[in-house]
Formats: sequence, C-alpha cells, structure tokens
Amino acid sequence: MIQFENVVKRFRRHQVLKGVELEIERGHRVALVGSNGAGKTTLIRCLLGEYTCEGSVRVDGLDPREHRREVLSKVGFVPQLPPPLKMPVIQLVRFAASLCDADPRRMIEVAGRLGLNVDSFRNHPFVKLSGGQKQKLLIAIALGRDSELLLLDEPAANLDPQARHIFFELLAEKKETSVMLISSHRLDEVATLVNRVVEMDQGNLVLDDRVADLVELSSRLYCEVGLIRPETAFARAIMQWGFQTGDGGLNWSGYVAGPDRLRYLGVLSRYAALLGSLRMDEVDTDAEGHDTRHD
Amino acid sequence: MNHLWLNALADIVDSLRARWFFVYTIVFGGLVVLLFAYGLAESRIMGFTGLSRLLLTYIQLTMAILPVFVLITTVRSVAGDREAGVFEYLLSLPVSLGAWFWGKIIGRFLMVFLPVFAAMLGALVWGGFKGVELPLNLFIYYTALLMVLAWCFLGIGMLISTLTRSSDVAQGAAFVTWLTLLLFLDLILLGVLIQEHLPAETAVAMALANPMQVFRTASMMLFDPQLVLLGPSAYVILDNFGQSGYIMYALIYPVLLGTACMTLGFYLFKRSDLP
Repeated sequence: MIQFENVVKRFRRHQVLKGVELEIERGHRVALVGSNGAGKTTLIRCLLGEYTCEGSVRVDGLDPREHRREVLSKVGFVPQLPPPLKMPVIQLVRFAASLCDADPRRMIEVAGRLGLNVDSFRNHPFVKLSGGQKQKLLIAIALGRDSELLLLDEPAANLDPQARHIFFELLAEKKETSVMLISSHRLDEVATLVNRVVEMDQGNLVLDDRVADLVELSSRLYCEVGLIRPETAFARAIMQWGFQTGDGGLNWSGYVAGPDRLRYLGVLSRYAALLGSLRMDEVDTDAEGHDTRHD
Repeated sequence: MNHLWLNALADIVDSLRARWFFVYTIVFGGLVVLLFAYGLAESRIMGFTGLSRLLLTYIQLTMAILPVFVLITTVRSVAGDREAGVFEYLLSLPVSLGAWFWGKIIGRFLMVFLPVFAAMLGALVWGGFKGVELPLNLFIYYTALLMVLAWCFLGIGMLISTLTRSSDVAQGAAFVTWLTLLLFLDLILLGVLIQEHLPAETAVAMALANPMQVFRTASMMLFDPQLVLLGPSAYVILDNFGQSGYIMYALIYPVLLGTACMTLGFYLFKRSDLP
C-alpha cells in the first residue's frame, strides 16, 4: 500500500532523510521509533504530501502530492501536538467530516466512546480543551471515518487509562483493513500495539523487524498489587490508572488494557522495592460486558 | 458545501475568535466614534460639511492604518498558524491546495474589509438618524476604494506569508514593505527625484505603482478634482488619465496587483513545503 523509494529530504544543506526505502502492506501495524531529529515527522509529512522530496512516495500507486484528495481521503492523522485551532469543537467535527465526505455523527460517537461528550463542549473553542480532550477529538476525527491508513504520532500520550483501552479497541476494529504507522520516540509505549518495528536514526532506517503479534489489542488485564507498606507517591501514581484500595493503600486492584502492560510494568518498576505481591490475569469480556478472568 | 467556501467559513470563524480581529474592529469602530465625538460631522473644511467631512477624515486615517493592519495581521496569523502546526493538521485532510489557499483569502478578505465597511455604514446610519445629508455617492466610492486597498494589501500579505517560514521574519518583512510604500508617498520619491534628476514622468510612474499613493490621490480627487494639492505632477495624471480614467485606474490597479501577489503566492505555496 505504501512505498518509499530512495526518499531524500533536505532543509537547505541539512539532509534529514537519506534515501529511505520502505514498503508497508495492509495489515501491517508499524512502530516508527527513533530519537528526536531521527526523521520520523519528516517521513510522515512526506507521506502526507506536505513536504516536497526527492525519490518517490506512493500510496496505492498514487503520489500524495499530486493526488492529494484521493490519497488523503484514506488517511486518518493524529498529530503529536494538537493544533491551536480556535474554531468550536462542533465546527471542527463538521469541517473535517465535510472535507472527508464522512458522517459527523460517527466521529461524535467515537469521541463518546473515548469519554468525550461532544455535545457538552460543542461551542468551546478547540484550543481551550484540555490536552486529553483534544487528543480524544483528533482520534475521533481520524477513526470515525473509513480511513485505511492511520498515521498516529504519539497518539495515546495524553489519554487516561480508560480512554487508552477504548482507543486500543478502536484500533483493533481496523487492524485487518488498515495500515497503521505509529510514531514514538519510545518503543515500550507502542511495542504491544504493532507487528512491525521500524527504527530511524539520523535520516536512515536502521532497523526493520517483525515482532510477535501475541497481544490482542482489545484485551484487558485484571491486576492486583500488594505493597510491603502504604506509600503516598505510589498511591498517586496507581490511582491515575484507576486502581482502588480497600485497606488504606496496602493492596490495590484495577484493570489495565492489554497493550498497556509494558507501560504498567514500567510504572511498577519505579516502586520495585515496595512491591510485596503482583498478579495479572487476562480478562474476557462477553457481549453483555461481563468479565471472566483466566488465572 | 464546496471546499472553497468551507475553508473561507473556517477562516472567518477562527478570525472572529482571534485577538487581532477584536483589536482591528475596535480601532476602526473607535475611529468613527472619535470623529463623531470631536464633532467632525458638524465641522466645515474646503466646503465639506457633515458626513462628507467625517468620511473624508476617516478615509485619510484609514489609509494610514488599514494597510499596516492588514499586512501585519495576515502574516502574523498565517505564518503563526504554520509555525503552531495548524497547517500540518488541516492540510492532512483531503482538501485541494487551491480550495485551501483561496478559501483562506476569501475568508480573510471579508474579515478585514467588513469592520472598516461596518464603521462607515454605522456613520451613515447615525448621520441619517441625526437628520444630516447622506453623501451616498461618496460612500459608494470610498467603499470601493477601501475594498480594493484591503484586497491589494491582503495579496501582498499572503505573498509575504508564503515566502517566509517564521512569523517573526514575516512580520518584519511586512513592516518593511509598508514602511517602504509609506516613505515612497513623498519623502523618498522627492529625494530620488532631486538627487537623480529624474523626469517628472518617472516620478509619477513610481507614484502610480505605489498602491498607497494611488489610493491617496484617488481619495484626494474627490474633494480636489484638479489635484491642486498635488502640485505640477497633477498635470501628468490628468493629461494621461483624465479624472474618470484615474478613478478607474485607482479601482482596477490595486485589484490587479493584489491578485498578482496572491497568484504568485499560491504558485510558490503549491511548490514548497506546506507546514
């Protein structure tokens, strides 16, 4: 679906992309990782047809620069930093839906699933929303239509754990029919979402590897943590994941989205000396929303 | 809705909530209020009284303020939007670059022209309410002049925004452009004329190329048809154009200049990096 052939991008004398060769097929979920300045954003902008470049970029055989509307109508893009748009939320949704020939109600519904009630904020300027709300709306605009290519730049960075779980579910719904290119400067943030890892360094592809695709995007884990003593800092951190305690902070329990397990373990690792016991059970959710645990 | 109008509407809604638009509207609305407050509608100068006198003063003040306001606010918001990532996001949506660029121009034009027009219209309505004579011909002529002036400087502003990559550079370039045109109204023009012993026709050609001078002369022509205030160069203008010919020129040239700048800006925009 996507082909980069010897793509070179220069800003004056500085070469930011140095002959990138990359092919991505439908069903691929690619983590595009690399440190700041590696060329990830430049590569995405070339793919969106926003940057001119040497070499060739093709989406389904079309040049995104010359066939903007055909190519971009298939693309759902979530930028790392939300743009400071002053237009009201409802107008942004209608604006995007009109340009994409999509139904704004579908976008509003996806926003609702992510926990953002568009009707409550319909006349708020987009720029005045919180970071998480902006991210939810941009995700809703990208996923609430028939996009076949999802370009996500640190998409879940500002989301709360519940919204992250829904977001992963939404990605799971599109995983067979779409290409996902998820950019991040930390692999552990996105590792469990993808089945391929592409690493960039100083404008070159330095790694292109398939990874085990064992984690179901929509899965959930029931987790319990026992501490050797209550600790305020730990309580603050774990409560952000929606965990609860019944005994003054000694034992905690809650749910973690399957693809978030690495992040969750990363948080726990900061308090390793406090940990007394740890338990993680995969949970099946039936059609009625009831959970069944696998011990 | 057509993508062009959709983008124009988006720009209008964005501008309505922007601080520049608030200041801009206050300045032009405030000007009319001040002119009324200081009794300019009642004063008499060179045979002009009532609303004609007020509009005359308003147009002179507008000539000084409108170009710099349009230039600075256009380059500030367009280049600022690009820097802040607005272009990166909105241009990832399936909109043609033509609909985006020209839609932005249409929306922006309405936003820079309407407050100026509304202030003049407000003066007319207020004058009617007070029972003074309504100079409708003057009103229509000045409206057309302001419209073409706003279009011209919007075009220059869009070209500068396309050529520059940061809002600081864009604002600097816009200010220098305005200052150059302003200085060429008289000071530099006279200096060059004297120092280089230029023929009068060359100096007049330079004045005719300056949209601010064109606007100034055209607005002057209405209360001074023989352009006595302009001195001997008036002969060159009147001999070559005639009064109505010059008025036509003053209405057509700035539109052509503004459109040429916009078209060049669009051509460069299409060929360059967008965000």
